Amino acid sequence: MAEIEPEIWPLWEVFVRSSRGLSHVHVGSLHAPDETMAIRNARDLYTRRNEGVSIWVVPAAEITTSDPDARGAFFESPHGKNYRHAIYYTKAEGVKHL
Amino acid sequence: MSGTTSTEGSALEGSELEGPELEGSELQGSLGAGVQESLRDSARSSAHVEVDKLFLDPELIEAESPAGPDAAEYALRLGDDALILAQQLGWWISRAPELEEDVALANIALDLLGHARSLLRYAGTASDRTEDDLAYLREEPEFRCVHLVEQPNGDFAHTIIRQLLVSYYLYELYSRLQASTDATLAAIAAKAVKEVDYHRDHATQWTLRLALGTDESRARTLTALADLWPYVDELFRDDPLIRRLGDAAVAPAALRTGFDAGITALFAEADLEPPTGPVARGGGRDGIHSEYLAYLLAEMQVLARQHPGATW
Repeated sequence: MAEIEPEIWPLWEVFVRSSRGLSHVHVGSLHAPDETMAIRNARDLYTRRNEGVSIWVVPAAEITTSDPDARGAFFESPHGKNYRHAIYYTKAEGVKHL
Repeated sequence: MSGTTSTEGSALEGSELEGPELEGSELQGSLGAGVQESLRDSARSSAHVEVDKLFLDPELIEAESPAGPDAAEYALRLGDDALILAQQLGWWISRAPELEEDVALANIALDLLGHARSLLRYAGTASDRTEDDLAYLREEPEFRCVHLVEQPNGDFAHTIIRQLLVSYYLYELYSRLQASTDATLAAIAAKAVKEVDYHRDHATQWTLRLALGTDESRARTLTALADLWPYVDELFRDDPLIRRLGDAAVAPAALRTGFDAGITALFAEADLEPPTGPVARGGGRDGIHSEYLAYLLAEMQVLARQHPGATW
């Protein structure tokens, strides 16, 4: 099998804010030669149907992720720790508006 | 926002999910079909994706009143420029340097096609013809586009330089045409100018990168500029029709100063010079075209001519 050509343009992750007051949400990724073109490509690829009022692009290489193999150590500890949820507690008598 | 959150609260009674996650899924739900796949619980999000409440904007600017013969001829000129350039750019879909650029050029082509449709529809009101009649059933000498938009796509540099020259011109044109005494032309221009502003930016960014990029990209840019610059002059020629239309149209010659100012500033940054040399004869506004147009029309019109009245 022929060797796959490396990507010429770096990968960028795209975040779009859909309207005022809401936070930017990851919508996908794209290739672009630099940050200026990345913003424009994001506009063309991810805001074609009036989706957004603001775009962020971040070089994918700059994002540090949690290790998928460390799910147990990272994310399973909260199971059973019901005291971390408000509904675990009984409301004290006489407390209003809870 | 608060209304939606309370709806979710009741649907999720007893759940331990907390606020931030709900907001996230709600946002994704409003971002279109593509991202919905990433939702963990599509049933939950369906409460927030209200497709039937999507209000679609009108696609076209409708004529305020039927065009007179002169306004129709003028609309035909502008509409044909947009139509032919849109047809040219469509070729790049699947052939641009990257997928992202395929989409960028396709978006520009679709913007231009939208302008062409509104303009041709308006032009057709003078002779009781539809936009399709005008696009598909006219012969080459009946087209009114300038030679610049007929020039071949060439390599990527040729396409970008052609975009640069056309979009700087169109931006000046539509900026001023918004003040036309012809209400339909003014409305079309007001919508088009925002889109052409983006086309101008796209071409500017690429011109800078190609001109200041590698030796290869710079050499190709210089070739493209030398090939296409002779066709710039035709964009700015006045004629009797323009004089008859007065304030309903924009005199092309009056647009040259703004065009030159923008191009000069960009060329200074990109280390480019406007070529000096012969000027192309032109004649597109009178139906005298370059050798390229007939082939382009043959491809564009073949389906509509082989299957008259076909819809799909």
